[in-house]
Amino acid sequence: MAMLEVKNIEVCYGMIRAIKDISFEINKGEIVALIGANGAGKTTTLHTVSGLLKPTAGQVLFDGKDISKIPAHRIVTMGMAHVPEGRRVFQQLSVLDNLKLGAYTRTDKKEIAENLKKVYDHFPRLAERKHQIAGTLSGGEQQMLAMGRALMSNPDIILMDEPSMGLSPLLVKEIFAIIEELHKSGATILLVEQNAKMALSVADRAYVLETGSIAMSGDAKEMLNNDDIKKAYLGQ
Amino acid sequence: MITLIDGLSLGSIYALIALGYTMVYGIAKMLNFAHGDIIMVGAYAIMVTLAATVSPIAAIVAAIVICTILGILVEKLAYKPLRGASPLAVLITAIGVSYFLQGLAQLVFGSQPKPVGSAWKLPAIEAINSLGITTAAAVTLVCGIIIMIALTLFINCTRTGSAMLAVSEDRGAAILMGVNVNKIISITFAIGSALAAFAGMFYLFQIPNTEPTLGAMPGITAFTAAVIGGIGSIPGAMVGGVLLGVIEKFCLASPLAPYTVAIKFSLLILILLVKPTGLLGKVVREKV
Ligand SMILES: Nc1ncnc2c1ncn2[C@@H]1O[C@H](COP(=O)(O)OP(=O)(O)O)[C@@H](O)[C@H]1O
Ligand SMILES: [Mg+2]
Repeated sequence: MAMLEVKNIEVCYGMIRAIKDISFEINKGEIVALIGANGAGKTTTLHTVSGLLKPTAGQVLFDGKDISKIPAHRIVTMGMAHVPEGRRVFQQLSVLDNLKLGAYTRTDKKEIAENLKKVYDHFPRLAERKHQIAGTLSGGEQQMLAMGRALMSNPDIILMDEPSMGLSPLLVKEIFAIIEELHKSGATILLVEQNAKMALSVADRAYVLETGSIAMSGDAKEMLNNDDIKKAYLGQ
Repeated sequence: MITLIDGLSLGSIYALIALGYTMVYGIAKMLNFAHGDIIMVGAYAIMVTLAATVSPIAAIVAAIVICTILGILVEKLAYKPLRGASPLAVLITAIGVSYFLQGLAQLVFGSQPKPVGSAWKLPAIEAINSLGITTAAAVTLVCGIIIMIALTLFINCTRTGSAMLAVSEDRGAAILMGVNVNKIISITFAIGSALAAFAGMFYLFQIPNTEPTLGAMPGITAFTAAVIGGIGSIPGAMVGGVLLGVIEKFCLASPLAPYTVAIKFSLLILILLVKPTGLLGKVVREKV
């Protein structure tokens, strides 16, 4: 059984239908990329998976359970973490306070402390800056903080919305190296990206989103070599 | 010196009320114009309990409990159904709640001021009274400082406190941390209303009469203080409240006394002209 199964969802903003009948799935341990141009509906899809938006039709099954009517804050408790587009770290709080908020749903102090150590291992720069106010971090550091904060809930699956947005090529490489590292340690990741090349190079499988529908899906490495994809999304 | 102590003491009453406005604004993103009337309900709660038990302690506890519950109820019944409605609809509802509470008090207790009761008296403390400082002023100032320190510690050092800061900065991101926003809003109204009960109690130490419109003037002054300090900012509410209290007392002690109210509100305009976000307010970027 797939860990996450999105079945025929439709999502509307008022009268506007942003997502029309999308289905996809993710198995445990996979990185699945959701690529597509600006405005294709990637963020809307992620918001619907994590419960911030409710679909007008269809289901979102997480470990076989329909979560499409459960409030977003309870879905976090069930083991889903969402790194939102634009990072959205708490600018006025310290790095450490941000990370602690990531563990908001957990109560075991010892486990939280161990988790914090793990996050600092993945992101040594956060450890160096733990008392710094998050708003004063650079874009790349804020992305690391947003990812670390998500890891603090010890999630079964992580949704990432455009982690490369606004970062220099060097930092994009660094962020994707960490995503691969997380993948190796067994994490399940749903990765939304406009940077199709980077996303396809780390993903196992991928779906291509075009104006609210899935236009193509398949093995990520095969897609990297697909002529249509190359033309439309890889600029080759 | 005495005027300063009196001002600081009055200022801490304003600060306690202003904290309620500013916390609710920061977290629920609404102006709760019924907040001042919670003070009035607290004052009546003290009067009624005092008549029944003759115990000021029982009266204070009753006021805090009743105001806290009332704050939670008002939010649940009047504001929660309007979550997501236009700010104007919420504002009008808040004004409606304010009139409702005042009307209810008038219906039950009449419109005339009523003495709170002879049991409501602070003991003389020779050491400070001989300096010209009233016991009421001293007690208000000391308790006000303790309450504000406790609140600051609560906000900055507890899990619930940091959830409140998170919700006030970015509600969507807070939800993604697993924060139950409805619960946090409830807690905010509870704390704000409990602070209003304390303010009502200190107010009665200064003027031992209750009336249905008792909360109006301190309420609007404290709201002004919250805006001066930067609405949404907790330290801002404290600074704004104390500032207005001190200015009010100094004005009253000077030839400018008749213009006190005008001066207080002109200060608001002046500060907003110079710094539109208030003294300690931050420029918040709009989020989708
Ligand atoms: N809050 C909103 N209200 C109305 N329309 C929206 C809103 N957010 C997104 N949309 C529309 O939905 C579509 C998909 O947007 P989005 O999911 O943000 O795309 P992507 O993340 O792929 O860039 C776009 O046409 C966008 O204009
Ligand atoms: Mg997007």
